[in-house]
Amino acid sequence: MTISTSDKPFLTRVKESENDHFMQQSVAKAQDAQWDKRTAAREELGNWEQWRDLGEQIRQHVIKYLPDYLEQFSDNVEKKGGHVFFAQTDEQAVNYIKKIAKEKKAHRIVKSKSMVTTEINLDKALLSLPETSIMETDLAEFILQEDNWDEPTHIVFPTLHKNRDQIQNVFKKLGYSGSNDPEEMAKFARKYLREYFMQADLGITGCNFAIADNGMINLVTNEGNADLTMAIPKTQIVVMGMERIVPSLKEAEVLDNMLSRSAVGQKLTSYCSFSGPQVNGESDGPTDFHVVILDNGRSNALGTDFEPVLQCIRCGACLNVCPIYRHIGGHGYGSIYPGPIGAVLSPVLDGYEKFGDLPFASSLCAACTETCPVRIPLHQLLIKHRKVMMDKLKMDHSFNNVLMKGAGVATSSPILFKIALEGAHMGSAPLSKSKETSVDNLFNYGHIEKAPSIASGWTDVRDLARPPKHSDDFRSWYKKHKKEQQEGVSHD
Amino acid sequence: MKVAIFSTCVVDLLFPNVGQAMVEVLERIGCETSLPTNQVCCGQPTYNSGYHKESNKVFYNEIDALLSTDADYIVGPAGSCVAMLRQYPHILKDNPDYSKKAQELADKSYEFSQFVYNILGVVDAGAQLDAVATYHRSCHMTRLLGEKTAPFALLDNVKDLKMVPLPHLENCCGFGGTFSVKEPEISKQMVDEKVDSIISTGARVLISADASCLMNIGGRFSRRNENIKIMHIAEVLNHNVDASRIRYKNQPTTV
Repeated sequence: MTISTSDKPFLTRVKESENDHFMQQSVAKAQDAQWDKRTAAREELGNWEQWRDLGEQIRQHVIKYLPDYLEQFSDNVEKKGGHVFFAQTDEQAVNYIKKIAKEKKAHRIVKSKSMVTTEINLDKALLSLPETSIMETDLAEFILQEDNWDEPTHIVFPTLHKNRDQIQNVFKKLGYSGSNDPEEMAKFARKYLREYFMQADLGITGCNFAIADNGMINLVTNEGNADLTMAIPKTQIVVMGMERIVPSLKEAEVLDNMLSRSAVGQKLTSYCSFSGPQVNGESDGPTDFHVVILDNGRSNALGTDFEPVLQCIRCGACLNVCPIYRHIGGHGYGSIYPGPIGAVLSPVLDGYEKFGDLPFASSLCAACTETCPVRIPLHQLLIKHRKVMMDKLKMDHSFNNVLMKGAGVATSSPILFKIALEGAHMGSAPLSKSKETSVDNLFNYGHIEKAPSIASGWTDVRDLARPPKHSDDFRSWYKKHKKEQQEGVSHD
Repeated sequence: MKVAIFSTCVVDLLFPNVGQAMVEVLERIGCETSLPTNQVCCGQPTYNSGYHKESNKVFYNEIDALLSTDADYIVGPAGSCVAMLRQYPHILKDNPDYSKKAQELADKSYEFSQFVYNILGVVDAGAQLDAVATYHRSCHMTRLLGEKTAPFALLDNVKDLKMVPLPHLENCCGFGGTFSVKEPEISKQMVDEKVDSIISTGARVLISADASCLMNIGGRFSRRNENIKIMHIAEVLNHNVDASRIRYKNQPTTV
């Protein structure tokens, strides 16, 4: 399993992100721009909340009847002369693809963007074959490849962390001598890639949706590279997660619409293709067609609280609204699936030992849940992960379990709470300062600049208000207030 | 109309002025208040941290306490805590002893500004505040409770108050309950961006309907030595009130 992008501890990654000002600005700018585009594209469609209901229903239905739809899809692929391979693990998937590449004596492999091939680390496995070269043909993936296989930071915009100067430098290594103008650089990449395409003998694509009732593969791109990957080489291998299926073209139409608007704020992407093996009378397309359907931990979610994570259509909208992603970026998560969906999915696929930090790296602001086009309750699933780690696995996540359990006892006991109210002011005396602060009306009873134990995380960043004397607290005021009211009434 | 005050542990422990303002506004508009004394906390600190076994007792206590009076409504000064009460029926749906009570509680619980505007139908609380202010929209109040209009509508009618829009209104302030103490490195960056956004508006007063967010943003203001006044919306609606100006929906503006 190689969804991990870093061996460094979570906190180190967070610190590195904090120092990467370019990345932070770039992510913030992209989030803000996408906010407007996405909102406009959804408003233009109208009745967005009902579309979300429909999207959720389609995805839930498919997950519920997943074995049936996979069987139907597989039968239909084979009817057209294609081959289907079910891979339980990444290793099985990689070995099958290597086997095909060897059989076909493939030397020049073209790939279109696919998160699932990144998940199984396919590129490096294929490069280990003798006399084999590989080309990522999605512009952003191409840049990452040429930059010594840098890791993606976003599931839709993989190079969000790179600026145009960095990209210019990457291209210089390939003989580019132009400016840092994006259009000029894109033209260079297009020509470079096109030459490679024409001689490619194996094409590998991902899959946005697999159509169960006709065995077609639906791909959605803005560059057309996936279409060339499907059209030119005589052998094509499609790699898909096992949940990436829809019953028919009708549902694909609904989901393509929602995917494009949610992912890039477009009505529809520039290219939206449905294809399969070359059939009689067609002049192009693969004559040898394979679909690899991958589990790789996805079935861990089936029948559990985490099943909704399989509804995901990989639009990345949750990354684009996430205030955590905004600051720590994709590399901060240490998984090829970052952001809220990554924080839910990564532990499902690869366990809590490696990704147990991620569900805690959330303020539970629910922006993800609000934007998800297929209504995955993302922030609730983060809480469910925390529950598994605390209640079930009894893990220690640098938060003091004894203290938190104590907090559970204290906040369920009116008597203990009353004692706390009575003693809070005096108890906080050794920590408190009465000096003036610049903030009016928040620290009416003094403030605390350095608190002990778990509260130190609070005062590392901000001042804490000091509790009032018991005689000045809300409950004491209320008692007096009621008494005055009653006395007032009796005087009348 | 009888209203039980859901004071919240944060107001009970730290911010008496918020609770006091809320009670005074509600009583001025004709509510008869009570304060159930056995209430402690809505349970978010433990529940959201994953300690669900420990949280059940917190929920039971809060439900029993808040339902102990004959109040028609339960009203609290925090969108986040009220949103938690509204989630009880879902969390306790299979609990034979508490599922019904949880529903009863959720059905009559409201956040303060939501209650004043939507249930009491007040559009002008009669308050006056000579200030330029901006409003921080809390995530849970907006997204979990679904209340997006009430605070803005009420603040629009505070006399002499100039409200300026806050850029990136949709972004979290970095509080997130235990997140703020568990992940200070990330939380700091979030609250700093929020503080910068607030400063950019030129507002001198920051208003919100969640005392916890105010405690977070205000605490960072203080650490950065930024000069600002923090006010809960109940304090604003209780400021320099002229009761003759109180106005309800569908009522002519002046007599």
